[in-house]
Amino acid sequence: MVYDSETDGTGRERGELAPAPEPTPARAPTAAGGAERRPAENQVATVVDVSKRFGEVQALEGLEIGIARSRITVLLGPNGAGKTTAIRLITGAFAPDDGHVRVFGLDPSGDGGEEVRRRCGVVSAKPSLYDRLSGIDNLRYAAELYGLGRGHAVDQRIDEAAAWFGIEPALGQLVGGYSTGMKTRLALARAILHDPELLLLDEPTSGLDPESARSVLRLVREMTARGRSVLLCTHLLAEAEGLADEIVVVDGGRTVLRGEPRRLAGRYWPLPQVTFRSFDERGLAYLDQHPRVIEAVPVDGGVRVSLSDEPAVASVARWLAEHGTELRAIVPWEPTLEDLYFAIRAEHDLDRTDDAHARDTTDGKGARR
Amino acid sequence: MNWQRVATVARTDLKQLARARDFWVPMAALGSLFFVILPAILLGTLTGIGSVETVERLSTTLEALPASAKDQIQGDTPEGRSAYALAVFLVAPVAVIVPLTISTAVGAATIVGERERGTGEFLAHSPAATREIYLGKLIASITPGYLTVIVGFTCYSLLVNLTVGPEVGGWFFPTRQWWLMILWVLPPFLALCLSLVLRLSARVNSTAAAQQASGLVSLPLIMIAYSQATGVLFGAGWLPIVLGAVAWTLALVSLVRGFRSLERSRLLGVAGV
Repeated sequence: MVYDSETDGTGRERGELAPAPEPTPARAPTAAGGAERRPAENQVATVVDVSKRFGEVQALEGLEIGIARSRITVLLGPNGAGKTTAIRLITGAFAPDDGHVRVFGLDPSGDGGEEVRRRCGVVSAKPSLYDRLSGIDNLRYAAELYGLGRGHAVDQRIDEAAAWFGIEPALGQLVGGYSTGMKTRLALARAILHDPELLLLDEPTSGLDPESARSVLRLVREMTARGRSVLLCTHLLAEAEGLADEIVVVDGGRTVLRGEPRRLAGRYWPLPQVTFRSFDERGLAYLDQHPRVIEAVPVDGGVRVSLSDEPAVASVARWLAEHGTELRAIVPWEPTLEDLYFAIRAEHDLDRTDDAHARDTTDGKGARR
Repeated sequence: MNWQRVATVARTDLKQLARARDFWVPMAALGSLFFVILPAILLGTLTGIGSVETVERLSTTLEALPASAKDQIQGDTPEGRSAYALAVFLVAPVAVIVPLTISTAVGAATIVGERERGTGEFLAHSPAATREIYLGKLIASITPGYLTVIVGFTCYSLLVNLTVGPEVGGWFFPTRQWWLMILWVLPPFLALCLSLVLRLSARVNSTAAAQQASGLVSLPLIMIAYSQATGVLFGAGWLPIVLGAVAWTLALVSLVRGFRSLERSRLLGVAGV
C-alpha cells in the first residue's frame, strides 16, 4: 500500500491512504478485456502496481508512479532501488510481469511502443554514445531514428541543441575523445533533439561540472514551462531540491511514498517550526517549558522548536525577553528535501544494512542480483 | 518495416567499421593474402618456372576430380591444364572463406557489442523496431563480406586471366560455375550464416563468446568451399542452382526467426533476462 499525498485522478482526497490497486493481468489489458484503465487526464504516464523479476531477483514489486503533465516528477531512491528499471518500463524496453504501464494512454511494451518511444527523450545513466562517431554523427543518427530525417533543417536543429549545452565547437570530433562531462552534454542534446513530450532523465548530472549541471537543471525547468513533462531519477537530493513538483520515493523496487514535497513535509512536520538564536544560548535551554512549545531541539547556534500554532512565535519571543534572554534571530525552519527524504526512510524503516547494499546491483542499473 | 531506419542502422554501423582501422587493416591483409598474394605465388611458380615435378604431382591430384569436372579443364599443355585446375578448383575455393571470416567478425560483435559499449540502451529506447535494428545490423555485417567477394574475385580474375589465360587460350575466369557461385550461392549462404551469428550475438554475454560460437556457424560455407575444391559442385550443372535455391529459402526462414530473437531487453544486458 502506498501513501499518496495527492489526488491522482481517482478521486481520492489528498493525504488519504491509497487503496490497493485492482489486480491486473500480467500483460496489458486489451480493449476486448474491457478492463483497460485510462490514465488520469493530467498524467502523461502511469505505472500501476508493477512487478518485474529478473531470474531469481525480484527487481520491482508494487511500483507506482504517476508523471503529471508539465511537471517535474523526481524519482528518489538509493542505488538499486529500481529507478532505471522504471524508465525502461516506461519506454517499453521491458514489459512488466504484473501490473500495467500506460504512457500517453498507450501500452509501451505493446503496439503503442513505437509512438511512446518517439514522444519520449531518454538520458540514461551512462551516456550510451558511439565513440567511433563524431558528435554530429551521433546526433544525426538519433535524428534519423526519431524520424526527423536529414538535411539543412535537421542540422540547424542539431546546432541549436548542441549550443544549448555548449558542445557546438566539439561536434566534429570523435566522441571517443570527449570528456565525461562532454559526453553527458551530448547525450542531453540528443535527448531533446526531437522535442520530446516526456523527458526521462536517469541521473543526468553525474559527471558534470557545476556549470553544466546547472544548465541541465535549467533545461529541465524550461521543458516543463513549455508544457513538457519530466521524470528525473536521482539519488542526489540537492539536485532535486527546489526542482521537484512531485517526488516518488522508491526503495527495494517498490514505491514507498509519493506526493508534492511541501504537502509531504506538512505530514511529517505539521506544526510551525522556528529556530531561536540568542547571544546567550543558555537562555534558550528552558524553551521547552513554554506551554505553546511542543518540542525543542538544540541545533547549531540555537534551538529549533515546534510550536502549537504560528501566533505562538511572538508569545515565545516575549516570554524569552521577560526571562532576560536577548534574541539574535528568529528563523522560520523549512525542511529540505533531504530532511523529508530521511524522515520518510526513517518512518518506513528503510535504513539499509551492508547486506542490503551488497545485494544491490549489478551490471549497471536496475536489476538487482 | 521502416526501411529508412533499417538503412540508417546499417549505414551507421558501416561508418563505424570504416573508422575502425584496427579491424579492417588485418582483414584487408587477409583478403590480399588469399585473393592476390598466394595465388600469384602459386600460379606464377607453375606457369613461370614450369617445374616438371610440380606439374606431375598436380596432374596426379587432378585425377581425383570427377570426370565432369575434368572435362572442363582447359589447356593444351600439362602446365596449362594444371594451372587452370589450380586456379579454378584449388585456390579460389579457399578464398571463399575470407568474406565469411570478415562478415562473421563484424556480425558476432554487432549486437553484443552494443550491449558491451552501453549503446544498446540508446537503441532500446529509440522508436526503431527490433526487426529494423536486426535487419540493419545484418546488412551491415553482410556488406563487408560481400564487398570482399566482389573486390577479391575481381582482383583474382585479373590475376589468373593474366597469368594462366595465355596458357589456356584466353580469359576464362570466372567460369560459368563460379559466376553461379558468386552471384547465386554465396550471397544466401553468407546471409544464412550471418543471421545465425546475429542470433548468437543477441544471446551471448560477450563479444569473445559470440566469436567463438560463430565458428560453428561458418561450417556450411566451409563445406561449400570444400565441395567446390573437390569438384563436386561441377559434377552436375543444376547442383549449384538447387543449392543456391535451398540456401535462399533457409536464409529467409532464418531471417524471420532472427527478427524474433532480438528483444529490447537483450540490448540492455540485464542479468537474468
